[in-house]
Amino acid sequence: MTAHEKISPVEIQQETPKITARNVCVSYGNHQVLHDIELDIPRRKVTALIGPSGCGKTTFLRCINRMNDLIPSCRVTGNITLDGANVYDTAVDVEVLRRRIGMVFQKPNPFPKTIYENVAYGIKLHGLSSDKADLDRRVEKSLRRAGLWDEVSNRLETSGTGLSGGQQQRLCIARAIAIEPDVILMDEPCSALDPIATARIEELIHELKEKYTIVIVTHSMQQAARVSDYTAFFHLGDLVEKGETESLFTHPKDERTEAYITGRIG
Amino acid sequence: MPQEHIVKIYDDELANLDRLIAEMGGEVENLLSDAVQSLVQYDAILSAEVIVRDKRIDALEMEIVAQATRLLALRQPMAADLRTIVASLRLVNDLERMGDYAKNISKRVKTLVKTPLLSAQHASVKRMCKLVGEMIRQVLDAYLQRDIKQAVSVIEQDEGVDLLYTSMFRETLTYMMEDPRNISACTHFLFIAKNIERIGDHATNIAEQVYYIVEGKQFEEGHINHDLSADVIRDTGEEA
Repeated sequence: MTAHEKISPVEIQQETPKITARNVCVSYGNHQVLHDIELDIPRRKVTALIGPSGCGKTTFLRCINRMNDLIPSCRVTGNITLDGANVYDTAVDVEVLRRRIGMVFQKPNPFPKTIYENVAYGIKLHGLSSDKADLDRRVEKSLRRAGLWDEVSNRLETSGTGLSGGQQQRLCIARAIAIEPDVILMDEPCSALDPIATARIEELIHELKEKYTIVIVTHSMQQAARVSDYTAFFHLGDLVEKGETESLFTHPKDERTEAYITGRIG
Repeated sequence: MPQEHIVKIYDDELANLDRLIAEMGGEVENLLSDAVQSLVQYDAILSAEVIVRDKRIDALEMEIVAQATRLLALRQPMAADLRTIVASLRLVNDLERMGDYAKNISKRVKTLVKTPLLSAQHASVKRMCKLVGEMIRQVLDAYLQRDIKQAVSVIEQDEGVDLLYTSMFRETLTYMMEDPRNISACTHFLFIAKNIERIGDHATNIAEQVYYIVEGKQFEEGHINHDLSADVIRDTGEEA
């Protein structure tokens, strides 16, 4: 048990959230896809975003590290804070922001480089390492934390794209955590993986939350139920219900949540 | 729940679970009524039949548990569906016990045939049976309709059964003291009354499961146990 977990639940609730979203609205051109989202993301917990396709959950995830800035027609209003600081403040350096908020995507996307370089790239880019020995240490630490070290330690100089799908995804997670972010955003990280690789990632998520705040978008309600502490249900661009995962899946308060999680609306 | 599942067969499977529980509950209700009938009429044939029919209840229990397990494994139920299935696994256990108690009443008939008749006891047992039979009927309705008001009403009715049981306990004690030849029959009657009282308790448990299905939390108001038989002390005059 970590010191953090020893704190009583009441105290955890009182602790300031890692991320807050207030009145967040997102439009693509004239089409509004998110309406007044209000959500607190607690630190060092796993928060799952669930909902049917097109409900806005991925859009919301991408607001957190300003990935939507890359889409010209996309307009984000409202307020998102990371440790109390406005993420959309003009003074914010997006590169620095994305260093603090790592991201793992649906499809594993390792660079067409060696396994070592995949992990070392971000460390070098952000100048986190002083010398080769330190770089080696950081690469090993990240690969170990991603649960991949034992499988790749004897072939670090082979290509990352030669790994299996599950290994590639863990490599992407190692790459994300190598730059020591505070938050990891995961956009359906297991949808391209088989059940065993999925279980490994889920186990990894469980371990990673000791150190990181994790937000995961998943289409699998069972996965959300298995890995997350808190769940937020999105439907047609609205945040319908949020709460502790156990309570949301056994006794949801909103009829739309009930209908979705019991398989009555898609 | 107004809407149907996207997967229609899931609805059919849940409906089938309800159907099996209704059938099992109906069997229990009839079994209790027939067990008491066999008692008050000293009908050995009917009592033997009751004993055999309890097997059907046991078989239904196995079938419901298998169906609920299958739903858990294959459908990964959530929210109200999950609560229904969890509750079904618990209430089926109550129904099975209720069947056993009814069977136990009938098992005593062949012994009671040989003892002096105590018609006053019959009236009390019949009255208890009527109250408990009504509780079973209502709790099954409450389950099928997911009717929380009716479920709570069943919980409240158990008080009447407890009070009746306590008064019957006192009454029986008196008969035993009046004439030691009554002791054997009275002892059996006490067990019979206790069995019916326990059936009422299990009906209350089922009502609490209905509450859980609908409200998503356990029934906490807790009903006060009015079975005061443990405190009954007869003045036997020995102190003097």
